[in-house]
Amino acid sequence: MSYKMHLLVCGGTGCHASDSDILLETLREEIKANGLENDVQALVTGCFGFCEKGPIVKVYPDNVFYIEVKPEDAKEIVAEHLVKGRRIERLLYEEPTLEVKLAEHKEMPFYKKQLRIALRNCGFIDPENINEYFANDGYQALGKAVTQMTPRDVIDSVKESGLRGRGGGGFPTGMKWDFATKYDADQKYVVCNADEGDPGAFMDRSILEGDPHSVLEAMAIAGYAIGASHGYIYIRAEYPLAIERLKIAIAQAKETGMLGEDIFGSGFNFDIELKLGAGAFVCGEETALIHSIEGKRGEPTTKPPFPAESGVWGKPTIVNNVETLANIPVIINRGSDWFAKIGTEKSKGTKVFALAGKINNVGLVEVPMGITLREIIYEIGGGIKNGKKFKAVQTGGPSGGCISDQFLDTPIDYDSLIQIGSMMGSGGMIVLDEDDCMVNIAKFYLEFTVEESCGKCTPCRVGNKRLLEILEKITEGKGTPEDLKMLEELGSAIKDTSLCGLGQTAPNPVLSTLKYFRHEYEAHVNEKKCPSGVCQNLLSYEIIPDKCVGCTACARVCPVNCIEGAPKKVHVIDQSKCIKCGACYEACKFDAIKKG
Amino acid sequence: MENNQLTKEMYDELERFIEAIPDKENAIIAVLHKAQEICGYLPREVQEFIADKLNVPANKVYGVVTFYSYFTTVPKGKYAINVCLGTACFVRGADKIVNELEKKLDLKIGETTPDGKFSLDGLRCVGACGLAPVVMINGKVYGKIKPKEVNKILAEYND
Repeated sequence: MSYKMHLLVCGGTGCHASDSDILLETLREEIKANGLENDVQALVTGCFGFCEKGPIVKVYPDNVFYIEVKPEDAKEIVAEHLVKGRRIERLLYEEPTLEVKLAEHKEMPFYKKQLRIALRNCGFIDPENINEYFANDGYQALGKAVTQMTPRDVIDSVKESGLRGRGGGGFPTGMKWDFATKYDADQKYVVCNADEGDPGAFMDRSILEGDPHSVLEAMAIAGYAIGASHGYIYIRAEYPLAIERLKIAIAQAKETGMLGEDIFGSGFNFDIELKLGAGAFVCGEETALIHSIEGKRGEPTTKPPFPAESGVWGKPTIVNNVETLANIPVIINRGSDWFAKIGTEKSKGTKVFALAGKINNVGLVEVPMGITLREIIYEIGGGIKNGKKFKAVQTGGPSGGCISDQFLDTPIDYDSLIQIGSMMGSGGMIVLDEDDCMVNIAKFYLEFTVEESCGKCTPCRVGNKRLLEILEKITEGKGTPEDLKMLEELGSAIKDTSLCGLGQTAPNPVLSTLKYFRHEYEAHVNEKKCPSGVCQNLLSYEIIPDKCVGCTACARVCPVNCIEGAPKKVHVIDQSKCIKCGACYEACKFDAIKKG
Repeated sequence: MENNQLTKEMYDELERFIEAIPDKENAIIAVLHKAQEICGYLPREVQEFIADKLNVPANKVYGVVTFYSYFTTVPKGKYAINVCLGTACFVRGADKIVNELEKKLDLKIGETTPDGKFSLDGLRCVGACGLAPVVMINGKVYGKIKPKEVNKILAEYND
């Protein structure tokens, strides 16, 4: 049956949490009620990326893009748009500066600067239907590889494309594959690292949920290139929807002969198995991940031997991240020259960033390498929320650093980010504004790494704990200038001596904030003040006599009864008893309480 | 807590699952996932049962259980409350939501109420950063919540 029109309803995590599933059902009911079920199909797709304004509905082929659609809007969409052909103005995106309504997503600044390679199918195809993937060049690259190319051709092509690992380190993918061919073994393995652990990054999840076949296809291509017939996808148990979609995709790929034996009649066999993680950040490190696949505690081991020599069950193994793999079919289809033209000299192609925090357009964006932070934050991201002032952007998650405004115009790629004390990481990008305390942010990341440290090596287990304790001391107002020196010394010692990537990068959030926001640390230590008004112990609350009307609201909410004053008279806070809870500040309707 | 009784049916189901696995020695994590799905949590007797059936030392099973945060040795509440503590939620005030929940339920994060009704845990990023801060109760997501709204949300589970 061919439909004249499609309603694409986003089924990504953000939209799903905003009832997009109920919306889809309601749309289907309305379509049926209007007798359109043979002409219009409503279906669920992967993430569109514009999570801030979800749930998203796209009308195809009209290309009209509706935002913040609620189940109760379904009736109007069907009656007005589908039946009468009229756009519903109130559901269109409004460009905030020009205040004009934009109907098509291509016109929106959020999408204009994006170049979607890894996310090419997310939001445009039904991830649970392999035919839609076929219709968008799906499995053509695998067919081309196994029938027209030698494994060496495939490796050379990936090498020439300049693709580097998108999971963190940025190691050249083609070189990794090449290493695995240098070792002879009766079995080799291709592992997809889908243990996305960076809190605030969700691109791998979106790819797996929105376009699972692109990852399966790439794994089979990798298997052909290195001579492996078995693949594992190591995925977090916390991603139930992605697991479900992968199971469906694997079953459909087997049914259609895209996985299994004698693929495309070439004699090449490849099978994929899912392995569930169980919540351990360190398992994103490849040696730890391999131990976890084997059913053991996910502790890392020293390299060499690299997995390419001795990986899963001691056999040659390559471990690639989800986003890295999603690029592979496009490189094979369109050629390495095409891919190598995108990006900067040493970082080719695009990168997906999860834009979040104090920014107007939270979402997933895919941009060419070499774009500036200013373009991402102000043009695509729509600027800082509530008109506040930009302070920093954190990239690379717990392994990365905070970048200050002086680098907003630096073209970003793997190398430039390392140069300015951060790293690409998996692509988490958290925007911080003037209300965020940088010492507190560093403490947040250290709490995370201390909790996630596996405890195997001393620098990471003990050293990071000490770093955290010093940060706690500083945020409590007990820090000394010597503490800042200690943070730097200890931080660089941990970096130099830890066993794996987790420990080697754990001090980065502290060291980078110390470098670019030293004045905030100094204010905490020397003046016992938190300039952003975040660290509770360093705050003081004071009533401004001129503004106080004596409404007694503050005195009534104070849990320790330290606010004195008769009704209609100016109130006073007894600083010696104040526990700095902020209840009075929240309760005052006259802005009469000053926080400082 | 009558919900946490381990029944013979549970052990039988787990045993059938284990028997179907060809490579038992390397299947600890997969078996623990199944066991937690069946029993709700992994107390000592379940871990010993698994060790016995897989023919591995119990300390090896215990070592794996305690390594991964997804596995729990204490029963969770009938309504498991999870507050996202990812970075995006943190900068949009997730800590204040945790404080409010701890106060309202009179427990600390990681604990279960004495009547077994609510448990409170933190988790790292559910990938719904556009809705930050996010709280999940038995899989249902509540987004953009304010400390003031905590009471209203808890009232939905007032049975």
